[in-house]
Amino acid sequence: MRKEILDTLYPNRVHEPYTISRRHFLKISAVAGGGLLLSTRVFSKADVQSEDTDFLANAFVKIEKDNTTTITIAKSEMGQGVRTSLALLIAEELDLDWKAVKIKQAVNNPKKYGRQGTGGSGSVRDNWLPLRESAGKLRQVLLQAASKIFNQSVNNLKTENGKVIDSKGNSLSYGELAKDAAKLIPPDTVTLKSAKDFKLIGKEHTGVDVDDIVCGKAKYGIDSAPENCVYAVVARTPEFGATIDSFDATECKKVKGVLKVFQIQAVAAPVNTKHGVVVIANNTWSAMQGKSLLKINWKSGNHASESSEDYRKTMLENVSKPGIELVNKQGDPDAVLKSSQSVISATYEVPFIAHSTMEPMNCTALFDGENIKIWAPTQFPNWAASSVAGATRVSEDKIELYVTLMGGGFGRRINPDVVTEAALIAKELPNQAVQVFWSREDDIQNDFYRPPAVHRFDATLDQDGNPHAFRHRLSTPAINATLGPALNAGRGEADGTANMLYRCPNRSSEYTMLISGVYRGWWRAVHTTHGTFALECFMDELAEKAGEDELDYRLNLIDEYTMEYPAQSEKFPIQNERLKGVLKEVEKISNWKNPKLPKGHAYGVACAIDHLSYCAEVVEVSIEKDQPVIHNVYVAVDCGPVVNPNGARAQLEGGVHQALSVALGEKITIKDGKVQQSNFHDYQLLRINQAPKNIKISFVQTDTHPTGLGEPSVPPLAPALANALYKLTGQRIRTLPINLG
Amino acid sequence: MYKITINNITHDIDAPADMPLLWVIRDIVKLKGTKYGCGKALCGACTVHIDGKAVRSCSIPISAANNQKITTIEGLSKNNNHPLQIAWRKENVPQCGYCQSGQIMSAAALLESNKNPNDTDIDNAMSGNLCRCGTYLRIRKAIKTAAKIGEQS
Repeated sequence: MRKEILDTLYPNRVHEPYTISRRHFLKISAVAGGGLLLSTRVFSKADVQSEDTDFLANAFVKIEKDNTTTITIAKSEMGQGVRTSLALLIAEELDLDWKAVKIKQAVNNPKKYGRQGTGGSGSVRDNWLPLRESAGKLRQVLLQAASKIFNQSVNNLKTENGKVIDSKGNSLSYGELAKDAAKLIPPDTVTLKSAKDFKLIGKEHTGVDVDDIVCGKAKYGIDSAPENCVYAVVARTPEFGATIDSFDATECKKVKGVLKVFQIQAVAAPVNTKHGVVVIANNTWSAMQGKSLLKINWKSGNHASESSEDYRKTMLENVSKPGIELVNKQGDPDAVLKSSQSVISATYEVPFIAHSTMEPMNCTALFDGENIKIWAPTQFPNWAASSVAGATRVSEDKIELYVTLMGGGFGRRINPDVVTEAALIAKELPNQAVQVFWSREDDIQNDFYRPPAVHRFDATLDQDGNPHAFRHRLSTPAINATLGPALNAGRGEADGTANMLYRCPNRSSEYTMLISGVYRGWWRAVHTTHGTFALECFMDELAEKAGEDELDYRLNLIDEYTMEYPAQSEKFPIQNERLKGVLKEVEKISNWKNPKLPKGHAYGVACAIDHLSYCAEVVEVSIEKDQPVIHNVYVAVDCGPVVNPNGARAQLEGGVHQALSVALGEKITIKDGKVQQSNFHDYQLLRINQAPKNIKISFVQTDTHPTGLGEPSVPPLAPALANALYKLTGQRIRTLPINLG
Repeated sequence: MYKITINNITHDIDAPADMPLLWVIRDIVKLKGTKYGCGKALCGACTVHIDGKAVRSCSIPISAANNQKITTIEGLSKNNNHPLQIAWRKENVPQCGYCQSGQIMSAAALLESNKNPNDTDIDNAMSGNLCRCGTYLRIRKAIKTAAKIGEQS
């Protein structure tokens, strides 16, 4: 399972664009009432060789006799628009009437649907070919069925809006053809539409769930409990690693509506639930009231003395000496630095940050004595279900997990802790559905945080001002170490820095892990949220020393990737021309060279490769009352073909907002092994009055395979902003969140 | 026992006096469109109208809402065609959508008092409503679109 999780989340582990290679992975079968069902299983090459059942993508299309067409989406929707974009891929190649398509959410079933984990900005990338190929083959089958009825060659038939039309204009709906088509064998290969023939892909579409959302009908996890459910709130150990010595529920049980109070045990890594006291009540409010009256004697564990202040000291010390893990190296940067009289050094720091999805964590479960039924807003249903099986000793085939809409994910809903804990609680209450509710305080204090990081760079420039030696040292508490022992953690943690494209003959990246009891997890763009901030701020410092324009300096240095580690993806090699392409585009749309900015405004630039996509941003900022005011953000992105430009822009806008939120105000601190923040008064998210006045987005569409879009606009924002602010204040910003006071 | 009218339907509510209106709406009346976000009036996800005024239902005890007329997202319009709902669709505002009930309810109260708000008016009226996905620019745009639709109707 751990391999599957990492394969999903780390795109440099992607070694091929997935395709359907064998016919028997595509199945068309009849359904009751004269319809048909198309199902596919798409195996990666490695999986086929090992005959592993762990396959990667899937398509489920059901066409009923009345032409009702339902597309089942096996990826989780958290606002990234996956239910829209994946359905569009099928509708395009099958020539469906898009407005009539129904979308259904798949239940957890890896044997049927393949790998359902949603993360790493990979859904469109992984499904781009398989879904279109499957739909294209189904279209062929429908054409064949129509050809017999019309007694005309397939070449004389066309498809449109869910119908096959012959040369005389006679038409049969797919529904009418479904019964016959279900008896045919799909072709081995199919020619996909070329981009110029797309009717849906590349056009503007409203999200498929928007109608429900604006009427208050959309059902998230928190809305998905059965009518007669009870509500649970858990008092979890506030200190990492603590246990429960004893508890007194006398006052808690006096609250009207409180039904039951009991203790649950922590589940160890990789699940990482905490010890807790569970309060069950017949409404959420009573459960919360009851919890506030519990008297619990916690027993401190190994992490009682940990603090952000000490973490910082240790990380600063770690980067002051050679790293324990050498991530990569070429030439001899240490020797060059040692012999140089003019070493440029800078250290950058970021804190823990929380996910703060607007829908706090929650999960509903029902144990009937044998089976467990779960309603979960989860990004990784497969991992959740296998974790539940492990913790409850109920076998996986007796676990039915319904994936609900999510009120945000951003990586928090990858981890299986929430679902596992809910299943354990349900097991204590047979035949009673229970919704485990997390208050905002529970959510902020029991997150899997984006780790803090300290980056240090030491560099020298040659006589032309180009980097001659470039040594990067990084210290973080690695995310992967939260799951269990982590080898070579630096290769993941240094993503975006160790594999930078800036040319330098002597360079290295070193890593030293910080030991911490705080749970760490994936966050939107995760490693590049700090790595790109550090690297792209430092590049501006070097450009200044070299006396060069920051954007030109980057353009001149972007070069072939020459490092052995981290290995790049074979099928998605890093293409320096594409990084240059987005920089040139952002230069153009921002009018970088001659911007005519109002007095007191400044531009900053930064770029990054994230989740195999290329992004460059220019931020225009001024300062009012010691606060940055963001006027314009220019975003140039190359993610290959864009399925739904409207949704794609939404993702990029979202990344800009979220990155700005982090740059301006987000910070989780630890003291005495406990998280100090608890709600939006002390963990401040970006508000509308702090949002950019305007965001201009330009897609540089390279004719290639689509890559990630949910994350790539996050990393360049903070450094572009910091670089702009430097021009106004003359002070380098090397710490997030930004404090100009 | 308390009596409240939600979306023109009157309910007798048996709940402790301190139970916030939010939980009455969600757990007792079982209307799920109004969302919990923070419990402390910091995020606006739970925004409903009491007599046309936008309030945070997580911070109003049922005892203070007794005999009041409440409107939730489900009752904002008869056919889900409030100018804001039309504009929200047109501008494709929601991403995850969880905060949007509250956003729309706050925006509806704004438009009641200001038929033609500018960006500053919008920022002032909407800064109590958090959105984590980053839909703020589309919210600004959609409120202006709704104002135009309102003018025409």
